[in-house]
Amino acid sequence: MTFAQQLLAFFYAAVLASVPLLYGTLGEILIEKSGNLNLGVEGMMYLGAIFGFLGGFIFDSAAMALLFAFAAGMAGAAIYAFITVTLKANQNVTGLTLTIFGTGAANFIGEIIKDSHAAGTVFISDKVKNVLLPLDMGILSDIPVIGKLLFSHSILTYFVIILSVSMSIYLNRSRHGLNLRAVGENPAAADAMGISVSKYKYIHILLGGGICGLGGAYVSLVTAVGNWQPNIIGGQGWIALALVIFSSWSPTRAIFGALIFGALSVLRLYIPKNIIDIPGALFSMLPFIVTCLVLIFSSIKQKREHQQPAGCGVNFFREER
Amino acid sequence: MSKKLISVMLVLILALAILPAALSESTFDPISSEEIKVGAVFIGPKDDGFSGAHYNGIEGMKTALNLRDDQVLYKFNVAENSECETALRELVDAGCHIIFGNSWGFMDYMEEVADEYPEVIFSHCSGYKNNGVNFNNYFGRIYQARFLSGIAAGLKTQSNLVGYVAAWPDNAEVNGGINAFALGIQSVNPEAKVYVKYINSWGDPTLEKQTAEALLSLGCDVIAQHVDSAMPQVAAEEQDKFGVGYNTDMTSIAPNAHLTAPIWHWESVYTAQVKDRIQGEWVPKNYFIGLAENMVDISPLSKNVAEGTAEKIEAARAKILSGDWDVFYGPIYSNTDELVVNEGAMLEDDDITGGLMTHLLVKGVDVK
Repeated sequence: MTFAQQLLAFFYAAVLASVPLLYGTLGEILIEKSGNLNLGVEGMMYLGAIFGFLGGFIFDSAAMALLFAFAAGMAGAAIYAFITVTLKANQNVTGLTLTIFGTGAANFIGEIIKDSHAAGTVFISDKVKNVLLPLDMGILSDIPVIGKLLFSHSILTYFVIILSVSMSIYLNRSRHGLNLRAVGENPAAADAMGISVSKYKYIHILLGGGICGLGGAYVSLVTAVGNWQPNIIGGQGWIALALVIFSSWSPTRAIFGALIFGALSVLRLYIPKNIIDIPGALFSMLPFIVTCLVLIFSSIKQKREHQQPAGCGVNFFREER
Repeated sequence: MSKKLISVMLVLILALAILPAALSESTFDPISSEEIKVGAVFIGPKDDGFSGAHYNGIEGMKTALNLRDDQVLYKFNVAENSECETALRELVDAGCHIIFGNSWGFMDYMEEVADEYPEVIFSHCSGYKNNGVNFNNYFGRIYQARFLSGIAAGLKTQSNLVGYVAAWPDNAEVNGGINAFALGIQSVNPEAKVYVKYINSWGDPTLEKQTAEALLSLGCDVIAQHVDSAMPQVAAEEQDKFGVGYNTDMTSIAPNAHLTAPIWHWESVYTAQVKDRIQGEWVPKNYFIGLAENMVDISPLSKNVAEGTAEKIEAARAKILSGDWDVFYGPIYSNTDELVVNEGAMLEDDDITGGLMTHLLVKGVDVK
């Protein structure tokens, strides 16, 4: 295997690894822009993964799989929104609980499905897989290098790029996006302007949860090729949370951030041991070390638009305004 | 009569009462099979590869000994920390007479709790300790099955490169598996090399798949694994390559890729130990049994194996079952070209479960 081929394989693997991270990140950015910190990304991804799998398995349809995944992520987020926005409970604790709940629920449901069917019959059919798995675009996919890197991906990969660009336009160029940012930065001011803080929070927390759910579906349907495996998300939701900070709450920067994090997560698999021999544990630390560095530098620079929304993590009590 | 005399007599009576028990082999009284309670502490859920095989083993024991469902208590997804201790104590409180634990990291917790409850048996899988009273270890010669599965891989590979997704480096169980597999391959295909990548985890579905993909990109056309999920097989299937699974028959998950898998029949050791406990014959000995005792085997060969695989495997199996030969039979060279087992010598069990094997990789194995 030549060096160039290995390099190409590495870049391709980096793209594959970055997609679920990018979904989780985009979902969380939308949630944090509304002034809520949701540590439940991992849990919502788990819910999306299992229900996406279920939707595809039961209805034998890719559309149902994605719909189920989105709805499950939303359902997880709805629990969170009700507890933090309506009941005004602590956001950190609620988010952590959502992670634990989502992880447990997904593994539990997965176990039940496997238990209630004959061994080896629980997987997604080829019909569904053909829609979701990396596409073969004929001539385009056959172009050397570029074909592999740009034109041989799952539709979910192309969709997440469109999603992040449109999210960026929505946040920065639309009235609703402006209102949302006002809610996240200073809910009292937004309230005084006549914006319904709760409504904005609810809608965007739910949408964000749905997007996280799609990330989970990518893992169970594309990465795992439609086989349910326990503990399938395995901490990717946490990396997505770090990626939100890394990309400084910008959906477009998140694309590059996700590619970098994806590359870092598979880097150790492609560095030949006989050239660089570093313990694997150090490689697993890389995304988090990079996030720490970004935190340090961004706090030195103190650029307003690169900071977390000011209202993030604090519940809004209208009476205390 | 003085109190002293009475107490001396009492001590003597007690000593006499204990004597017969101390003379017989087991310190545990027989118990009826309707009353015995069995506990199991598993690191994973019942649907993952490793814990799933153990679960089937306990269920097999339950059927073999006609136990009721409420006589077997499970603790799934127990972490290798104080959670293990809590789970063990809960099982003791629930009245278990014998408790099994299936992960390496449970060993020290089980040893500690065993000292506190000498009337309960604690039996740990994959370790080496034994307290001579109520705590033992059991494991299987899975390397024998890995050798057999290596034959299937060696005959199948076209590129003469076989990938191996391995869990932890510097671990005798993992390296023993890699070495036995490589020796199995070399017994039929001396040209073939084994490329190993360690993932530093017993199981992480996404990482396992990514690792298998990295090995495929190096030109490997058969992917073997010592990790929990079936993701390496899924990766091989996706790229129209082949694979050797682990723990359970993974043919249904990768029907066009899977060749065979080294598998465990844990029910043999579970049935033996619980039966001994029921009959009051349990003694704290460590189990290390293999093909001959039906503790390990390979899953049925799939349609994907090369022609002549079954014959070669049966020949090797017969050689192992004869008892004169085993997988780690000299001469064996390390991958740094050192002679580690002399010609005609056989590796001692201590050097298979630990010692030499911890750092040994045989010739033809490359860590990538």
